[in-house]
Amino acid sequence: MNFMASKQPENSLLGLESDSQRTLYVTCLISIELGSSLDVRYPYVTGTSVVALKYKDGILMAADMGGSYGSTLRYKSVERMKPIGKHSLLGASGEISDFQEILRYLDELILYDNMWDDGNSLGPKEVHNYLTRVMYNRRNKFNPLWNSLVLGGVKNGQKYLGTVSMIGVNFEDNHVATGFGNHLARPVLRQEWHENLSFEDGVRLLEKCMRVLLYRDRSAVNKLQIAKITEDGVTISQPYSLKTYWEFSAFENPAQGAIGSW
Amino acid sequence: MFRNQYDTDVTTWSPAGRLFQVEYAMEAVKQGSAAIGLRSKTHVVLGCVNKANSELSSHQKKIFKVDDHIGVAIAGLTADGRVLSRYMRNECINYSFTYESPLPVGRLVVQLADKAQVCTQRSWKRPYGVGLLVAGLDESGAHLYYNCPSGNYFEYQAFAIGSRSQAAKTYLERRFENFTDSSRDDLVKDAIMAIRETLQGETLKSSICTIAVVGVGEPFHVLDQGTVQQIIDTFETAAEQEDPATEPDAATGQEAAAEQGTAADQGGSTDEGAAPMDI
Repeated sequence: MNFMASKQPENSLLGLESDSQRTLYVTCLISIELGSSLDVRYPYVTGTSVVALKYKDGILMAADMGGSYGSTLRYKSVERMKPIGKHSLLGASGEISDFQEILRYLDELILYDNMWDDGNSLGPKEVHNYLTRVMYNRRNKFNPLWNSLVLGGVKNGQKYLGTVSMIGVNFEDNHVATGFGNHLARPVLRQEWHENLSFEDGVRLLEKCMRVLLYRDRSAVNKLQIAKITEDGVTISQPYSLKTYWEFSAFENPAQGAIGSW
Repeated sequence: MFRNQYDTDVTTWSPAGRLFQVEYAMEAVKQGSAAIGLRSKTHVVLGCVNKANSELSSHQKKIFKVDDHIGVAIAGLTADGRVLSRYMRNECINYSFTYESPLPVGRLVVQLADKAQVCTQRSWKRPYGVGLLVAGLDESGAHLYYNCPSGNYFEYQAFAIGSRSQAAKTYLERRFENFTDSSRDDLVKDAIMAIRETLQGETLKSSICTIAVVGVGEPFHVLDQGTVQQIIDTFETAAEQEDPATEPDAATGQEAAAEQGTAADQGGSTDEGAAPMDI
């Protein structure tokens, strides 16, 4: 420590000793460099998990319709899956208004793409990569779009399914989920997913995931949509509910087995 | 004095509805050494004639790789050609950064044409003095475009630009109907034959031409000289049994230089003292 101090006299002059003080110092430096105070923004209305998987003819995606204001279940009919152009389907969890802004970006993108009128069109891979750039760019401005996005699509017989997080982490997979779905739905999908899922089996598998989420994710609501995208285009189901059974003994007094201070 | 009143700047119309400065720019393309291109369903081949500016210098590069799926051959002012191919490279790399997929050829060509068009409508600018044959492969197949200094662009099955390109065009017009189903190697052979047409007497050697290919499973690349020479030899020995490539280099060099003099005369209007457009 003494050796370090002797090598960095400016730090010892400021009397910076602990890590937390140093962090504060660095934070101030960043604020000065950006020419404004570093205000951290938090999401207001949020949606919870999106779950999606590849099946025989394309992609299936599920999301419930809840919009939470903090921990209050504030809205019950938020559509969190939208078609993007001819070949893509976007699902979002996280800040709803940020999702709406992303939809505006994509509307413009698809419009300008169509205006070329040359037979070329952006496929799911292109849209996914574009979103990755947008998300990462915004996080680099310390002002992320507070969403986890799932992008699925089919173009030229090629199925595509990928995800982007609010800080730009992105990947492709045969099945993806956001938020709580990562913990509760992915294990189910890993066990039961296979390449040749029929439409019916795919929907059943998604409903199984959504039911697990409904039971264990307190922000999930029992009103959901399932969207399908194939070579023929996008169809999004009407909202519907899952059958539930709450009479399990473990549900009756959930705090019983929990060791807590309350 | 006989002076054209209507050619002092690009934006001035002649009463006949012509823009002389733009036409002069197109003339610069005709003065450049020849470049040709032809395509099948799956491949596009570009070729050009390499002419050294003087006996003491080497020739300038006329074929540029833009991206893995696009390349250009130029005729006219090489400097302008390089600027435009740098622009094209930029557009390609930006597109693949954003979308992680190759820029459709047709879109790049439109952007390039729009860039050229602006120069025909601003009094403080000049048109680019270069014509570009753009070869590319995308989702919709293989494409060959010609971009003109006027801002016009055309898609072709086969085309030739530059000095004495008419001879190559005649050759291509005779044969283009078969190109669609041509194999890649036949396409390369036809490219070399078309280039030979523009030489007029000068012997065809790999040192005076460049050939480049792009196609399905084959990123844009320039064929190396050895390969081109091999292809030339196959039909050169078949056609004639004179004395192939035995003359000393110096002699052919002089011959080429002499040829260049006459080439300039035929290609356009320059005499020895004038600024050489034949680059």
